[in-house]
Amino acid sequence: MAETSEQPKSAPTRLIVAGDTVLALPRHIKLRHDPGRGRWIILAPERVFNPDETAVEVLKLLDGQRSVNDIAETLSQQYQAPLEVVKDDILAMLQDLTDKGVLVKAERGATP
Amino acid sequence: MNEIAPTHVTESAMPLCARSPDGAPAADPGPDPALCARAPIGMLCELTHRCPLQCPYCSNPVELERANVELTTAEWQDVMRQAAQLGVLQIHLSGGEPTARKDLEEIVKVAADVGLYTNLITAGVTLTRDRLAKLVEAGLDHVQLSIQDVDPENADRIAAYKGGMAKKIQVAAWVKELGLPLTINAPIHRQNIHNVGRTIDFAVELGAGRVEIAHVQYYAWALLNRAALMPTKEAFLKAAKQVEEAREKYKGVIVIDAIVPDYYAKFPKPCMGGWARGIVNITPSGRVLPCHAAESIKTLAFDNIKDRPLADIWLNGAAFQAYRGTSWMKEPCRSCPRKEIDYGGCRCQAFALTGDAANTDPACSLSPMHAQWQAVAEVESHNPNVPEFTYRRVGGAAKKPETHNVS
Repeated sequence: MAETSEQPKSAPTRLIVAGDTVLALPRHIKLRHDPGRGRWIILAPERVFNPDETAVEVLKLLDGQRSVNDIAETLSQQYQAPLEVVKDDILAMLQDLTDKGVLVKAERGATP
Repeated sequence: MNEIAPTHVTESAMPLCARSPDGAPAADPGPDPALCARAPIGMLCELTHRCPLQCPYCSNPVELERANVELTTAEWQDVMRQAAQLGVLQIHLSGGEPTARKDLEEIVKVAADVGLYTNLITAGVTLTRDRLAKLVEAGLDHVQLSIQDVDPENADRIAAYKGGMAKKIQVAAWVKELGLPLTINAPIHRQNIHNVGRTIDFAVELGAGRVEIAHVQYYAWALLNRAALMPTKEAFLKAAKQVEEAREKYKGVIVIDAIVPDYYAKFPKPCMGGWARGIVNITPSGRVLPCHAAESIKTLAFDNIKDRPLADIWLNGAAFQAYRGTSWMKEPCRSCPRKEIDYGGCRCQAFALTGDAANTDPACSLSPMHAQWQAVAEVESHNPNVPEFTYRRVGGAAKKPETHNVS
């Protein structure tokens, strides 16, 4: 198995999402509107995720620049909801989607 | 699957026949069930039944379709356009070995152009880096690579193909280099179940984001080879424990989907997430099926995509209407509170074991056949004289299995 069995340089680890984490959808994850069913969907390997309105708002704000804190602030103003409540809510959602491979850490300055 | 759904996002696994009944989400939890019943979200395309491997649990029918009856490039491209129009979201390009089709890139290109999420299900052994790069360029979204075992020699024996492992490791590396997500699919049975833990470790090493511990489902070739493939309940429980431990260890690193052998499950699996509900299958020659094993139900007739539009077949085709919903059910399914959870189990299994596809799947404890059916697994899995494989090949089923002692 010469030259084929190169191990990854570092073992992959779980990304813990925090307030200053900047997330992005990797290229192969597709957030799009499903016109036939009148709803937003996330297309992923052998999965279809059905985000609700709030989740869609959050995901649309993942531009590879904004941190979780930035997004929480934007939404807390938009919905006039307490910042901490919004932040805790979206942190849980973003961690879950990250664990499922739907979100990754953005490379700063790169477009997702 | 002990996952808790995120607050704001619900998840639909592709409603494959083999999906675990416990905790698996419904095929399509959209707001309008009538609409969801009208459009499949997934389409499995068996582009060809040609394959360099001869795995004895292949999900293809025992009567394999020959190359000269396969749909043309233009016909497959038209299928893609029709599917997108119908509301299909994801397509699974499968086989046989789909890369045996020289026009795969042209089919992928059209599928991607019409907005379908494209998944290549491959054994990998005949792929080149150049070919894979062309597929990525055409718009391929995801690669599912099968492995037969983590021990190369055993893998070669199971697939009746020499040197597959080195090639698969190389293909996995190319998939990652080209920036595509990778799933490792590992069919699990008596002759590799001892390696489930190592299989998951191996998938992580290959950089996969997802691994399927896919216990073999006993239809078609696997039913023919059941006595050589059925693991003991003890081995299954040990493997299930290893999966749970790996889920903890690799949380956030790899998604592990475990498909349970229904001989050892508590309830029957929801066949295809409900017959004609979430997924449609097209054979190499263009026959449109509600499930890849449906042709084993000899009382059904199937339409061909060359004769009738996909939407019409999906909505009105006799084979699709036969077991759609719940009105076809007999007792004990008809009055069962789980009837919209498991849909009475698998129609193909009901037909194979009871002669009537409308009967309760013997996997269900309420089936009168249940005890007899479980006893088969108990006896076969403990038999020390494991029969030889009947390998998957055209006419292979005719071969009489021989027995030899492996212990």
